[in-house]
Amino acid sequence: MLNTNLKLNTKMFDADMEQVPIRKGFGEGLVIAADRDKNVIGLCADLTESTQMHFFAKKYPERFVQVGVAEQNLVTVASGMAAMGKIPFTSSYAMFSPGRNWEQIRTTICYNDRKVVIVGSHAGISVGPDGGTHQAIEDIALMRVLPNMTVISPCDAIEAKKATIAIAKTKEPTYIRLAREKTPIITSEDTPFEIGKAQVFFAPPMTPQVGIVATGALVHKAIVAAQNFAEKGISVKVLNISSIRPLDFEAIINLAKEAGAIVSVEEHQIVGGFGSAVAEVLVQNYPVPMELIGVHDKFGQSGTPDELLEHYHMGISHIEKAVEKVLGRK
Amino acid sequence: MQSLNDEKIKWLTEKANEIRQSIIEMLIEAGSGHSAGPLGMADIFTALFFHIMKHDPTNPLWAERDRLILSNGHICPVLYATMAHSGYFPLEELKTLRKFGSRLQGHPHREYLPFIETSSGPLGLGLSQTVGMCLADRIDHGKYSNKQFYCLLSDGELEEGNTWEGVMLGGKERLQNITAIIDRNNIQIEGYTEDIMPLEPLADKWKAFNWHVQMIDGHNFDQIVGAVGEAQAVFDKPSIIIANTIPGKGVSFMERRWQWHGNPPGKGPEDVVPKERQGKEAIKELRTLGGKIKSEHE
Repeated sequence: MLNTNLKLNTKMFDADMEQVPIRKGFGEGLVIAADRDKNVIGLCADLTESTQMHFFAKKYPERFVQVGVAEQNLVTVASGMAAMGKIPFTSSYAMFSPGRNWEQIRTTICYNDRKVVIVGSHAGISVGPDGGTHQAIEDIALMRVLPNMTVISPCDAIEAKKATIAIAKTKEPTYIRLAREKTPIITSEDTPFEIGKAQVFFAPPMTPQVGIVATGALVHKAIVAAQNFAEKGISVKVLNISSIRPLDFEAIINLAKEAGAIVSVEEHQIVGGFGSAVAEVLVQNYPVPMELIGVHDKFGQSGTPDELLEHYHMGISHIEKAVEKVLGRK
Repeated sequence: MQSLNDEKIKWLTEKANEIRQSIIEMLIEAGSGHSAGPLGMADIFTALFFHIMKHDPTNPLWAERDRLILSNGHICPVLYATMAHSGYFPLEELKTLRKFGSRLQGHPHREYLPFIETSSGPLGLGLSQTVGMCLADRIDHGKYSNKQFYCLLSDGELEEGNTWEGVMLGGKERLQNITAIIDRNNIQIEGYTEDIMPLEPLADKWKAFNWHVQMIDGHNFDQIVGAVGEAQAVFDKPSIIIANTIPGKGVSFMERRWQWHGNPPGKGPEDVVPKERQGKEAIKELRTLGGKIKSEHE
């Protein structure tokens, strides 16, 4: 059952549910953050509209910097702006930022502890027809390994908007991961958001038999899987974890204690990703059987988002199989 | 910025010599680090800290200070030594270079030592950060801000692509308050720049990117100060000063030799001076100005 306390979108199971690209929420949030703080700056590497920074660039042209197709420069220039008290948001495709400019992010942003926001759009395999070169499925691993870095992976456009506004007020370097495709709206304007906090989105009335921890665009699929199990009398609880770093240890450990088995769901390589982060918490605190949904050590390819999610075993049926498998391991 | 007179030039020359001695002493104590670059840049650092820059050693984070961004962090012994001689911290602390717990990290870390504007060491990143700082300042204070942004680069690091991304943006944005200085000493860790990856025609490259270009003798205080003055007078363009320097300047057995890029005295090539005497010989040569004056220890 959906957690009514969080005022989630009750129409999320309808066939005509509202769908909006997650990146659009960032674009709207950035304008609000900029309205509230004149130090908010936008920098982009020739993908202003694609990353939805064009709303900001249009409203605040004097605070927008077009660096050209130069992602290494993008983040390094931003570090210099942060040194002078600005709050720079840098946007590109996740494959290029943080994909291409990891060492610049490490040295000039994290090692330097400068508050720069790296906005990686078109993350995940659901980028679709552009193919494997443009499908960032390693970015969570690249960013969560860095000291000082905050990593946020919103589940829908509304959460992305709130996350963007919240990020503008923190002091930490931050990576925010966005998906290109239209994604079901599962939260509402009234759903609370806090960096570092996981939220129970779906909870069965009885003690859960399996806990799902999910992040990003696949949270909706995890909820649908849990709903399908509820109809069959199997209780599955779903935690939305948009804050991958800092990670809500307490919520994860409590879920493991309650359910005794965990499935992680992400649109990213399994190696080093979100599920790995959850496994690191569990193995050191409360080990339980766990299955990980994500890309198994492969690159992507062209196709529709749905074709690709099915092919790389990240569809609803795969989540359901993982739940059944982990149930059998209890 | 005041113009120089003979008396000030003499004073700066002596100060640069003291800084070179400190560089050698701290490298001997550390047992590792770079010799040639720091010695070669001692005159430019002396001119910046003791004549050109607006800064306050008693208030390292003074908001109105000019910004000095050292892009090639490996020459930090000259930065640390010049800071100590300026009064940022006691000369005694120079002996902690590269030691555990020291504020003087092997490559500079901004959080360890106030006044270090950015951590550096990985090459090719300083100019882009300088561009970002200057852009931010222009947003806040407009085109006619008095704040100056000095970026020090090595010639070898121009091989990094990121440098040229910064050059392009600096030219596009016409950031007139940037004065970048290249330590054109022609060496890098494995040889001469023109053998490893030719940089010439270097001045033409920068001109093509819409920078104001000057070439100077990096050991001539008149030229250093004059070039910075001209850079600040230039309207609507960032400036690059290609400073021809002698790597290892002041220690004859190190001068012009790439083999001294990454070694401290005691660990360099010993075809001229054996390892065990390299430290003492270097100090002696600096104290006596290459034998021109008699050492007080003799």
